[in-house]
Amino acid sequence: MTVVPEAARVTVSPSALADVCGTLVRERSARLVVMTATDERERGGGYGLYFLFALPDGELRSVEAQVDPARPVYPSVTRAVPAAHWYEREAKDLLGIEPEGHPDPRRLVLHDDWPRGLHPLRKDFDATRTVARVAHPHEPMTGVRGEGVMEVPVGPIHAGIIEPGHFRFGGVGEVVLQLEARLFYTHRGVEKAAEGQSVDRVLHLAERLCGVCSLSHAVAYAQAVETLADVTPSRRALLIRGIFLELERLYNHVGDIANLCAGAALQLGVYQGGILKERLQELNAEVGGHRYLFGIARPGGVRRDLDGPAQERILAVLAAVEADFRGYVDALLETESFMERLRGTGVLAREIAEELGAVGVAARASGIARDTRSSHPYAGIARGAVTPVVRAEGDVRARMDVRVEEAYASFALVRALVDELRDLAPGDLARPVGALAPDRWAVGMTESPRGENVHWLMTGPRGEITRYRVRSASYNWSVVPFAVAGNLLPDFPLINKSFELCYACLDR
Amino acid sequence: MLSLLRRRLRMRTAAARWPAQAPVLVDRGRPVFDAGRCDLNGACAAACPVAAITVGASFSLDRARCISCARCIEACPTGALVPALVLDGPATSRELLRDPLPPGIRAREVAERARRVLGRSVHVRHLDAGSCNGCDWEISATTNAVHDIQRFGIDFVASPRHADLLLVTGTMTRNLQIAARRTYDAMAEPRLVVAVGACAASGSPYPAGYASGHGTADALPVDVFVPGCPPRPEAIIEGILLAVGRIAARA
Repeated sequence: MTVVPEAARVTVSPSALADVCGTLVRERSARLVVMTATDERERGGGYGLYFLFALPDGELRSVEAQVDPARPVYPSVTRAVPAAHWYEREAKDLLGIEPEGHPDPRRLVLHDDWPRGLHPLRKDFDATRTVARVAHPHEPMTGVRGEGVMEVPVGPIHAGIIEPGHFRFGGVGEVVLQLEARLFYTHRGVEKAAEGQSVDRVLHLAERLCGVCSLSHAVAYAQAVETLADVTPSRRALLIRGIFLELERLYNHVGDIANLCAGAALQLGVYQGGILKERLQELNAEVGGHRYLFGIARPGGVRRDLDGPAQERILAVLAAVEADFRGYVDALLETESFMERLRGTGVLAREIAEELGAVGVAARASGIARDTRSSHPYAGIARGAVTPVVRAEGDVRARMDVRVEEAYASFALVRALVDELRDLAPGDLARPVGALAPDRWAVGMTESPRGENVHWLMTGPRGEITRYRVRSASYNWSVVPFAVAGNLLPDFPLINKSFELCYACLDR
Repeated sequence: MLSLLRRRLRMRTAAARWPAQAPVLVDRGRPVFDAGRCDLNGACAAACPVAAITVGASFSLDRARCISCARCIEACPTGALVPALVLDGPATSRELLRDPLPPGIRAREVAERARRVLGRSVHVRHLDAGSCNGCDWEISATTNAVHDIQRFGIDFVASPRHADLLLVTGTMTRNLQIAARRTYDAMAEPRLVVAVGACAASGSPYPAGYASGHGTADALPVDVFVPGCPPRPEAIIEGILLAVGRIAARA
């Protein structure tokens, strides 16, 4: 779906990157979608840098440069385009490409006990080797200093049933002045593991980038593969993807609202929302074969059909769950002790969301109309069928509102997609995917429950996968600290749950 | 708040009938092997993306590696592998997760020791050692009103200091090995470790390397393995119960 035509690609010298990218953002209101770094030395190149932008009308632009492998240094783009800040740190860790003048050159993916000068995504790094730890000094993480200031360390192992990450709160009393997050604890080396593997093998890794956004990732990966193999799935397969993708959004949004109650210690809300989520996940199992929708999509189409009885089952269960969900939301909105905790808490300013490239619920709750289903429609969804749900306030309440409205819209969207599927002839679920075009790259983009997932896939001279880069919606982690500063430390769990980001697909 | 209470009063009991009744499973199920129909053609092993199947003189499925993707079922020309809606049960060793089981393996000592020491109540600490978060969300689902793990006297606690049992997910990544070990070290004896999911049991489907490990056993002594990708909440509860010796080891 997302072919970037040659005309939309421009190669510049590394020293011109910041200028060209900055101009795109300033003068064309472009948004940085992803930056991918590659090791192309084996093919006579250097280290590649691919900055992928989206213009306001959705059109994609790629600004590319080859960095000299003898001296892999280039002027950092981050000061011109702040959204590049994590991408450049990542490329520095994993490929050893140095962004000169980066305002925050600390490590991101690799932790401090990883030796210097060793970069796992370089082609001459053996993926199967284990690397000995090196001693490293412990340094304070936050920059907050002064009388009465303290630093509170939390994690990586947390008190609840959640994923691992380390947080350092610098503050006075209960007020947080600065939050620094140390993430990438669950870094599993998925991108490296994909290199040289078959299309089907990588599908299993894509599905397991993240358990709760599994299908969004699988479909984004499939889209990139389909572009490279020049295959278009059947209308039926696209609709089935669309229906399951909305079921994925529904169980997440409903569950995330229940978890918001946990963040504010509203046990009745946790209990009632948890039952709704459970019913949706059992529906997933019943019609999709899996509570987290693994094994639904494949490049070329889908692995599961939705026959007449399955379609009716979806409509019946969703009708019942929707009615209950509406009652549940109304009851929450009337619970003033709960709503009072949400209003004005954890405000993410629109400018910060914009500058750092926030996506998904977090961006929309801060006034940015950004939804991949609307800007780059896919999976059977017609252009204009989805209108981004936007709120201006940027607080926890706004993020809850966005989820509620989107869940209502998803119930309706599933009905519309099932209506269309009903009239289609059975069969033609998956079209064969042949060899991938050699020496090309393509992207797939989906809107997961958390926001835009981007899968950037590059092939080598024999059409083999040489680089697989995943930018998940959970890159929103880079904006969370801005929403926490100035709030009370005990509100952090609530703010955190309102973003509801994964660690697994960020860390990869 | 009153509206929430009113809603609650109108709701019926949500808790599942399991384990009093067999769980109603509706998902795709796991491959079940029928030796009578197998001609050892090896198509399943070739189709398996995670090398869970070996076919030489006999068929063997390592459920610790299996991610239930059903590729083997699709590939089998003789119908020797069929999807079965049975709970993918836990076991007290990697060997016991081999399908079909090698003869002579019966591991009950751990279970009996644990039962003697802990009685019928167990406090659990969850530890994500580098998963895709699927298992962790299923662990979370054990606490919802439907699966309601507290029916069994099982409770999740906030600190390893309070825990009898460590419930571990993930491949044991390089970046979590030290934290995992410290969490275990903070627990008082007697302590149990349950590895949840394929990647905790074997590292599958992520290849071990600079970042990923081979599962929980890389860093901790494992008492029970719960297979599945991810295991259903019932299977996770069964794994904990197996560890404390309240149910018999599946043989």
